[in-house]
This record gives sequence, structure tokens and C-alpha cells, in this order.
Amino acid sequence: MKVDRRSFLGLGLGAVAGVTVSPMPWKLIDDVSIWTQNWPWTPVPPNGEVTYENTVCTLCPGHCGISVRKINGRPVKIEGRKGYPINDGGVCLHGLSSLQYLYDPARIKYPLIKKGKSWEKIPWKDAITLVAGKLAELRGKGGPDKLACIADDNKSIISGLFERFLTVFGSNNFYTMDSMEKTWNMTLKKMHHIDASAGFDLKNSDFILSFGCGFIEGWGSPVHNFQINSSLKDNKAKFIQIEPRLSHTAAKADRWIPVKPGTDADLALGMCCEIISNNLYDTSYVSDFTKGFNDFSNMVKKNYTPEKISVTTGVSVSEIKALAVKFAKAKTPVAIAGKGRGYKAGNLKEFAAVHALNCLAGNINKKGGVITMPFMEYGNWPAINMDSIASSGIAKPEINRAGSVAGLFSKINSSEKSPVDILFVYQSNPCYTLHDANAMEKAVEKIPFIVNFSSVMDETATKADIILPSHMFLERYEDVPGAPGLVESITGLSVPIVGPIFNTKNPGDSILMLAKVLKGSVASNFPWKNYQDCLKKITGNIWNKLAKDGYVKKNVNLPYIRPDADFSFSAKNTGYIKMEGNEGSFPLILVPVDNMRLLSGDFASSPFAVKTVSDKVIKKHDILVELNPATAKKNGLAQGDYAMIATPKGTAKVKVHVFEGIMPGLIGMDEGLGHKAENIFIKNKGVNVNELVGPVMDTGSGLDAAWGIRAKISRV
Amino acid sequence: MTQEQKKRKNHIFGMVIDLDKCTGCGSCMVACMSENNVPFREDESDKKRSITWMRVYKMTNGKPFPDTEICYLPRPCMHCGGRDDRGHSPCVSVCPANATQYGYDTGIVSQIYTRCFGCRYCMAACPYHARYFNWWDPKWPGEMEKYLSPDVSPRMRGVVEKCSFCYQRYQAARDKALYEGRDEIKENEYQTACTEACPAGAITFGDLNNPDHMVTKMVQPDFHHSRKPRNPKAFRLLERLETNPKVYYISQRDWVRKAGDNYLKGEWEKLNKNRSNSNE
Repeated sequence: MKVDRRSFLGLGLGAVAGVTVSPMPWKLIDDVSIWTQNWPWTPVPPNGEVTYENTVCTLCPGHCGISVRKINGRPVKIEGRKGYPINDGGVCLHGLSSLQYLYDPARIKYPLIKKGKSWEKIPWKDAITLVAGKLAELRGKGGPDKLACIADDNKSIISGLFERFLTVFGSNNFYTMDSMEKTWNMTLKKMHHIDASAGFDLKNSDFILSFGCGFIEGWGSPVHNFQINSSLKDNKAKFIQIEPRLSHTAAKADRWIPVKPGTDADLALGMCCEIISNNLYDTSYVSDFTKGFNDFSNMVKKNYTPEKISVTTGVSVSEIKALAVKFAKAKTPVAIAGKGRGYKAGNLKEFAAVHALNCLAGNINKKGGVITMPFMEYGNWPAINMDSIASSGIAKPEINRAGSVAGLFSKINSSEKSPVDILFVYQSNPCYTLHDANAMEKAVEKIPFIVNFSSVMDETATKADIILPSHMFLERYEDVPGAPGLVESITGLSVPIVGPIFNTKNPGDSILMLAKVLKGSVASNFPWKNYQDCLKKITGNIWNKLAKDGYVKKNVNLPYIRPDADFSFSAKNTGYIKMEGNEGSFPLILVPVDNMRLLSGDFASSPFAVKTVSDKVIKKHDILVELNPATAKKNGLAQGDYAMIATPKGTAKVKVHVFEGIMPGLIGMDEGLGHKAENIFIKNKGVNVNELVGPVMDTGSGLDAAWGIRAKISRV
Repeated sequence: MTQEQKKRKNHIFGMVIDLDKCTGCGSCMVACMSENNVPFREDESDKKRSITWMRVYKMTNGKPFPDTEICYLPRPCMHCGGRDDRGHSPCVSVCPANATQYGYDTGIVSQIYTRCFGCRYCMAACPYHARYFNWWDPKWPGEMEKYLSPDVSPRMRGVVEKCSFCYQRYQAARDKALYEGRDEIKENEYQTACTEACPAGAITFGDLNNPDHMVTKMVQPDFHHSRKPRNPKAFRLLERLETNPKVYYISQRDWVRKAGDNYLKGEWEKLNKNRSNSNE
């Protein structure tokens, strides 16, 4: 057939038109758009029966009760636990992210041993045998006191097992991280000569004077305090926040009083002066129950008049006087201390100055006041029997008398040979959380053998020689005693919500296994089959209730006897710490900021939590620091500019966020960033403020009281 | 209750957020992400790309130190009803695929992921930036896929998502009521994840069409005037766009209420003078 150009075009167009009006191309387009787009990797979560199981969250010292929603036994959601005494249904963003900690890609899946610079998998039996071998060797050399342990607290049975292990091994070098709880305990000891922890009945207080406490930023038991904060207006209670920066707590307070950083004690004593001068204190309490009052009174009237304090703190004389009068005239005023979350110890004399206000008001051990809480103790630990090696080890003094981890590490750094041969690290991350973190890392590197019991590869775990990985809290039984500042003695029970998903152990079991392998006297002090058996026996007569209800609560029947107050400690006008750095070279002050959305303690923030952080704090991998517009201008910096911060301890490159709410002359830097280990969602973002701030050892408490450091900032 | 309200058996689910109680903690954001299988990426600092069905904004009164004040404002989807709740929400009005629809029985603006083909017209239309696009396929690291809930479909790339007032919880509450042989669901049986999680108790959720529910008592919506709040301390965002949102905010602070809309110089003061003179 002859096809000329015309008929070719004609047939072609005809064919195209024909195909177009047929369904074929349209069906093809439809099919292609479906079959190229229904990728099989969009997950379809399996369905199943819904159940709820209760447990207790231990990501922070708040110890909230949580309820876990499960589908066919698979945990899918964390919710608050209604009726739990600490938090009654509330839960914070970190607790809500607990499942992200369970499945954290940085979790340690099996025991690891360091070979050169890399990790190698090692079976549990071999790991335990190796560690026991090193321990036996140390004992054999007569140096059991060279075993040290750093744990998160000294209250739970697991930490009790660690402490017991050290004692029967022959060492009293058991340390817990410094925190405001330790300082409050010492404050009560110095001012009341009693062994107690501080509880604050803030729910019933009508006037709360907070010296820098991050009341809604994670201070004490965070959710418990959120709920109290919400009830303040209904209870016609007033909350006054004293700090140099507009934190969330300051923003929500009835009044924010900006003070120059480090002058909290001055303000407290200035208020004491005003209260005493006008006879507004609880005269019956002071006359019947106190000593050293005259010395104290004379001292403050001489050195801390409102006129003098006004210059020191930057607060007007009238404001100081008005505040003092309001505090004293309130029905149930409470003054609280412990900056930010209270994870750092703070200055003992400063706490004492704040507590002096409570003593003047006589609001101790009454409803709405400061409550001296007896230490919680389980009475069922069997008697310890030590062999001669242990006894001689215990007789030697602790490496750091005050029990401070910062002090311990400083000692290691300054000694030619480390006084610690073997270090246990349980649920702590000192290489990240200690001030002068870089130097502390160097100290850790000096220790010949480190055993880490962490569940996740954090900064301290990366420095270990062997890791005996622990279950994450959702996988283990654990007693959970108390929470800071509460006025009820509560013990919660954490239960396994899932079977262990990796080859990890309950740390209580790890230490029991070590003890058994060591045999002899050490093993004899651990008569329990496993940790669960130990948990049941030690909790003794509260076990049944604990297992049934998930918690045991003991109320405090107020009012009870007020302890005598000794003002002579506060009467001595010494012991206040100075910020490190000289003003000439470092004209600004770097203050760490506790951001509720970023965890700054033993655990790093979850991907969910990091996601909620503002882009005025994290931008890609940079941290933004807060500067008052005047300070920014003075240093030639604008919003978003890169800058170099230098402190006596180090330098860091940061970005600038201009914020009106921070006092001029200050640099505000969020805690919880600058992680070098952990998962990619938090790693290498920002700077660890602890690298820039150095420890300042408090002569009164022996703890690291630093909270800030002098600094300078310059354009990059 | 008016005759109209008595006749109507429809729900008008809404939310009241007390900005004086909100602490800015971010629990609502995480509860929402956890409940609704919302993904996360390595870098979430680009907030134009970050998927946050519930997002907490930080507002400041703009005054210099020490008179600075800040306020946190949680913003879920407003579930706009359009004028007189006729269902002409900005996003519903523009969707070419009918992927988003207004539910007349609940007042909830729904999103059907399988219908959405990602034209993002709804995102352009939404004045509250409450809609988010999946530019990438979500990836859950390690074994985190195990924590996903079967009650909410995980989305793939190319699809727009937004707050649904935890519709799966409404369905569960209805199922429970049906199983127990009753018609109505109780106030405490259907609560969104953010409401439940808020540790400060700043969020309240319920049926604005039910005079016994907390939300109604708190804001006293005037059904004759587009559900505007009678409570002078309550306000809605961008009220004058007439989107008729279902999320109300309460604040004792004047500057916070002023921040709820855009005003010309002196306009806010003039409006307030009128308000305080009225009988409401």
C-alpha cells in the first residue's frame, strides 16, 4: 500500500485520536500512578487486644506513675497514671517518649569489651568472669579501697546492692552525683542538727518564694509541681520567682524579680534583716526553739541592710522591703532554693540563707511549710560480715571525704597515678554531666579498668573497658523510692512492661552474679537467688502492697514537732562562693538554662523531645545562646550571627538569639545539648555547657557549687 | 439550651486552652506525636518541614527587660466550621480530591490519606499553618516501628496530614457506647491525647453543643454569632477571618488576647472600650 506523507499524517492523527478516546491511556496512567507509588515500606502496625499496664518512670528523679497502652502485649503509648500519688494522671514529654528509649538505636544490645579502640561482643558468662577476675586481683593485692562506684542515687535497692558490694569488698568509695538534694540535707543538718531530707508542702502554701528554682522546668518532681503551679490561682497563693532571666517559671509567676546572678543569698539575708528589724518573725519559735539568733541578727543588720543589698542585687530598696514584709506576713510562706532543675548542688551557705527565711517564719513541719522528712530506709538488709581484707579497706579514708564525684575526679586528675583502679558506673553519665566535662573525661581515661552498667551508649559508656548492659526501665523490676521535695513517703514499683528485647540484664542481677563468682566473704553477703528475690525480701512487709497497688505511701501527720533552729551557721558571713573568672578578661556571665524539653541528667533527650525544641535553641547542628539586645549590640552581634564564647574552661562556637527576657551582661545557654555519643537525633547538636563551666568546690559542703562562670563573647 | 440546640443532636467538638496555665512544657506535642504515629527526622530545626500536628508557639509582649513577658500557645488544628458551621473551612473548600471533609455530626475536619495526592492547596489555604506535608517517606530507626499504634494509619510521602482531634478515640468511645447499648458518649470517654497528657491541666476538650460540658461552661459560645465566646477573657485566633475555629483560648492578660489577631494601631483599645461598656 502506498503511504504518502498526507495519508501517513492522517492515519497517525487518527490513531492518536482513537487511542485517546479509548480507555487504554487513561487506564495506563491510572495504573502507573498507583503501582509506582504504593511502596511496601509504609508500615502497617499489627492490631490486637488492648491492655493497660501500670509502672513507674525513672527517666528523671520525679518518679511519675505511668500507664502503658499495649496492643497484643506490644507497648504503643505511654499515658499518665490516674490516682498515682505523685502525678495523678499527669506525665511529661520525656515520660511520654519512654518507648523511644526502649527502642533507642544507641542501646547496648549485649555485653561489650573494648579491644583497642573498638567494641567486641562478649558472652555474659565471660564478661562476669573477666570482671570478677580483675576484682579478685585487686583484693589479692590488698587494694580493695581502690574500687570506686558512681551511681545515680543511694536510695533504691539496686544502688543499695552496689553500695553493699563495695563495703564487703573493702571500699567506702561509693559516690552519687551531687544535686540540690544533698545540699538541702546538709542545710537541715547544719541548721537543725537532724538527719532529714527537705519536703515542701507547696500545695498548701500561700506564698512561695523561689530562688531560681525551675518550678515548671523540672525542679523536684516535675509533674507534681506543674499541678501545684496550676492550682496556685485557685488557692489564692502567690509565687515569686527570683532569677536574672525570664524562664518559664518566671513568666508564669505572679512576680518576677530579676537579680544579678550569684546574689540570691544577699537578697535572702537582706530580707532577713528587714524581717528582724521590724519584728515580723515568729517570736515564739525563735525564742523557744533557736540558738545563735542574736549573732545572726547582728550580722545581717550590719552587713545586709536593704540599702546595701540593693546595690549588690540590683533590686530596689522598696522592693526588697516589700518582699520581706509580704513573706513574713503570709500565713504559710515557703522559700525554696536549687537553681533550675536542681541537678547541681549549689552553694550550701546560699541554701542556708534561704532556709533562714523559713526559720524566721517558723513555718517548719506545719501544713503548707517546709517538712523535715525522715530518710526512707528498708529495714531488711541482713547484717554485713566483712573479712579482714574488707575491714582494712574500709578503715582507709574515702578518696573524697565529701562524697562528691566532682571532687573524686579532680583528685584523679591531679594525681600522677589514679587512686581508683576499678570504677563501676551505674546509671550515671559523669563524662557529660560534670562541670569541666573535658577535664573529667581525661580523669576517666586515667582509670585502668572501668565497668559500665548503662543501657545506652552514652559519653561515659564509650570510655569504659567493659559494658554489662542493663535493661531499660520498661524491662525491669525496680523499687522506686521517693522524689525530691515531696511531703509523702512514697515507694513505687517499676515492673517489666516487655520482656528484655536485647541480651541485657537487670543491673541488680549483674551485681549479684559478680558477687557469687567472687565467692568467699563477698558472696556470703548476697544470699538472694536473683534480684527479684532480693527485691521481695528487702521490701519485706511492704512487698505485698507494693506488688498489688504498684506503690506504698506513708503520709506525714502534720503538724509535728519543730526541730530547733541553729542560726549560728548562717551568722558566720563566710562560705559564699565566687564565680570563676576575673571580670577584666571575662566581662559577661554565662548562665546555664534548664530547658524542660531537654533532659540534662543521666539520660539524653529522645527524638520526640528534640523535635519540640525551638529553632531559637537548636538550628541544624548549632546551639543558639540568649543575649539581651543591649549586650548583643555592645559586642557587635545580631540575631543569628555566629559567635565565639570563651570561658576560663574552654571555648565554643555558637549562634546568637537576641532575647529581651535575659538580663544584660549575661549569656544564657541551654543544658542538655552537645552530646558526643547517643543516637543521631541528639548527637553533635549544639554545645555541652558543662564543658564551659568549671567546678567551684564549696568549702562548707565539699560539693561542686558552681552555677555559671564568667565569659566573653566575640564575633566570628 | 435554645430550641435549635435541643433539636440538633450533632456534636461540636472543641477545645479550650488556658494560656495562663500552659507552662510550655511540650507534653501535648509529644503525646500527639506518640498517639498518631507522627514521624521524626534527624534535623527537626527547620520548622517549615517539621510535622507537628500540635505545635506550641512562644509569644512575647515585645517589651524590653525587665518588663518582658512571654506566653506559650499550643495550636492544634482549629477544625474551622466556616460561617455558621456550614462546613466551608478554608482547607475543605479547596481540596480537589475530597480528601478533607467537614463532619457535620462531630464538627471535625477529617483527612483521608489515601485520597490525598499532595497538591498542598489546603496548606496554602490554612491561615493557621496547621497542615503538614510528608516531603519524605517516614523512617522509624531501629525497632521503633514496633511502637506504632494500629488505630492511626502511618502516612507515606506525598500526603498532607494534620490534627484530627484524635478521631480514633472518638471511634473507640462510640464503639464502647454501642457495646454497652447506649447512644451518647460521656464527656470523659472521648478526650484527645493532648488534653489527657497536659500535666498542667491547661487543655480542656469536649462538646461545645452540650451545655454540661466543661468547654461550653468555660467559653459560653454564642451560637447566634458564629460561636463567638461570651467569656470576655476567651478568644479565638484570627477571629475576624470568620473561619469559625473550634479552639478557644483563655487568658487574663490583655496583651495575650491582643496577640490573637492582627490589629491596626489603636484598634484593639477601641474595641476593648466597647466591650467593657457592653452588658456581656
